[in-house]
Amino acid sequence: MRILGEAVAPVTADFSNDTWWIWLIKAVAIVVFLLTSVLIAIWFERKVVARMQVRPGPNVHGPFGLLQSLADAMKLLVKEDMTVKAADKLVYIVAPMIAVFCSLLTFAVIPFGPNVSMFGVNTPIQLTDFPVAVLYILACASVGVYGIVLGGWSSGSTYPLLGAVRSTAQVISYELAMGLSLVSVFILAGSMSTSQIVTSQTAVWWFLPLLPAFVIYIISMVGETNRLPFDLPEAEGELVSGYMTEYSSMKFAWFFLAEYINMLNVSAVATTLFLGGWRAPWPLSAINDGMFNQGWWPVLWFLAKLWLLMFVFVWIRGSVLRFRYDQFMKIGWKLLIPSALAWVVCVGVVQGVRQFSGLDLRTILFVLAGIVLVGLLISFLIPEKKEPPAPKRPPGPQVYDPYAGGYPVPPLPGQVLPPSPRKQRAAAAAAADAENTTPQVTQEVHGG
Amino acid sequence: MSALATTLLETGETSTAEAVLFWTLGPIMVLAALSLLFAKKAVHAALSVVVVMISLAFLYVAQDAVFLGVVQVVVYTGAVMMLFLFVLMLVGVDSSDSLVETIRGQRWIGLLAGVGLGVVLVGVVGRATYDKPFGLSGEATDNNPTGVAHIIFGQYVFAFEVVGALLVTAALGALVLTHRQRLTPRAGQRERADARVAAGATLTPLPAPGVYARHNAMDVPALGPDGQPLESSVPRVLRIRGQEADAEEFAARTERVLAGVSQVRGNLPPQAAPEGAAVNAPDLGAALSDTGQNGPSTGPAGVVGQEDGA
Repeated sequence: MRILGEAVAPVTADFSNDTWWIWLIKAVAIVVFLLTSVLIAIWFERKVVARMQVRPGPNVHGPFGLLQSLADAMKLLVKEDMTVKAADKLVYIVAPMIAVFCSLLTFAVIPFGPNVSMFGVNTPIQLTDFPVAVLYILACASVGVYGIVLGGWSSGSTYPLLGAVRSTAQVISYELAMGLSLVSVFILAGSMSTSQIVTSQTAVWWFLPLLPAFVIYIISMVGETNRLPFDLPEAEGELVSGYMTEYSSMKFAWFFLAEYINMLNVSAVATTLFLGGWRAPWPLSAINDGMFNQGWWPVLWFLAKLWLLMFVFVWIRGSVLRFRYDQFMKIGWKLLIPSALAWVVCVGVVQGVRQFSGLDLRTILFVLAGIVLVGLLISFLIPEKKEPPAPKRPPGPQVYDPYAGGYPVPPLPGQVLPPSPRKQRAAAAAAADAENTTPQVTQEVHGG
Repeated sequence: MSALATTLLETGETSTAEAVLFWTLGPIMVLAALSLLFAKKAVHAALSVVVVMISLAFLYVAQDAVFLGVVQVVVYTGAVMMLFLFVLMLVGVDSSDSLVETIRGQRWIGLLAGVGLGVVLVGVVGRATYDKPFGLSGEATDNNPTGVAHIIFGQYVFAFEVVGALLVTAALGALVLTHRQRLTPRAGQRERADARVAAGATLTPLPAPGVYARHNAMDVPALGPDGQPLESSVPRVLRIRGQEADAEEFAARTERVLAGVSQVRGNLPPQAAPEGAAVNAPDLGAALSDTGQNGPSTGPAGVVGQEDGA
């Protein structure tokens, strides 16, 4: 009963020629790439947000202010390194290390390109790959949360603890939605290895057929990295700066580093699983027999897609306000997870029909479109739910008692205030002055 | 890793790399397990469990059970232990264990289970040591998750579904047990605001602490329009601790300065600023209040009463 396992090699990338020094070169290159990318990402974020807010942004150090983040890093390094008295020393020091190390692990399985010749050795531009590479990425992310949680707890202070508890709840609930959105890619690609998933996107990138899963992933990846609008673990207005309140100097810098590397990580995963990985975009991929999908070119496409997603991160940060905590949890549990589950069931059913009935994809898609159309037509026939009738208001202005609830309330549309005591006195005086004219109490009608 | 796996597949012999990995992780795991037993803080105990789990995952991967190793980290370390930590951090780690048996015969049952586990372990280790190792059979040449899927959804599909139903039942049971009927209407933002107003609490923010020429500390009360110090302007914590500064003293100094200025100008008679006087605050208040009919109100007392009502 072979269904999916048939003719599917566990891993597409061929690492058989790798030697130890190739591994070393790749590993060092990944770390260097991540650290420099973080420096650029900080500059990029500040510059883009500044453009969105119509101001120049960093522009003093180096060309276009490019050296600004280097200066910031130096400043962090030479700041006083404080250890709080109430802190649990060991855990306090280990926590930022856990955060950084776990964030560095993900890129080991991200494919930057196909096989190339590296110093005479034919090897893929990827450190390693195995049949459960994407699960490994999830595992690294879930261990990385320990950095935040322990950092918050070990500080021995209230706000960090609250930030840590929030972050736990946040990551657990958003990782569910994230994992479920990835499952539909696994179903279609028939594998969890990253190189295999990139190979499966030769014809079409998965973000098109799996658009709902892609949207869910984009939302939950913002939640997973604690970025605005979901930066509740470090909300300045409520928690000072959450789990990293009691950290300074290098230890703080490590948390900072981990956050930015995590942004790169989730963007790289989205690129690999939904945006075709290192594959060239459509018109380019057709040029000269796929010239742009060979050699070192794919690195360029991969980086372009990665930074496109980084731009989305900054864009969201520049335009959306922070959510309230309960709203955030409601979105996670009542919207994202159920819709992700429903989508996985849909994809599973379609894939099952394809595998067992032998129908081709076009027929299935036509049938699905028909079902959706019929459903739409039926939904037009269902009478709309009637609005509850509005409470009847007597016509004309209506005098009400502004102190009925115990405190003064301004009039609603259609209501008028009773004449004020002063006006009554004035009217009485006017009446006393000229007895032959009838006093007129003018009433202001608010709103009508 | 792959070289290691091939050795296992072909011969069933332990390679050097595997031996090194085992003898590195083994002591770490034993130490962590011991610290689970002897750690004083509950969070430290939980952390040592995490260390054991991650090391176990490494060993699984070395044994070519990649799927098992990764799932171990995702499920146990990432979710289950995280929930444990969550609870430990919220409940507080200082609560000491009680030695009272909550279940009758708990200790004997525990002892029996421990002995049983020991017997099973001895059996397993004995078989592994004294039988001839035969390596991984042909099953493992299939790639890992696919092989596991074939076993779970083919051979053991019924057991798998029973376990699934059991888990759903447990989750529902937890929901039912923790569900409580709402006896009072839900108090939303609107209702709480209404209640605050009805209770007569101060609707505006409380007055800020006093700002004088030389003092703007938190412990100096502000002066009201009537010249009386406003108790509620000093943070409640300082008031309870009795660390509030004496407003009269600061007011007197201000008065002295004012009096000095006016003496130079010659606008006020000299007796208006007696040295160290208790300050003519009521007079000031009377001068400041627009009508002068009400006189100095009992401002501070009134405000404090309001604030206590909140």
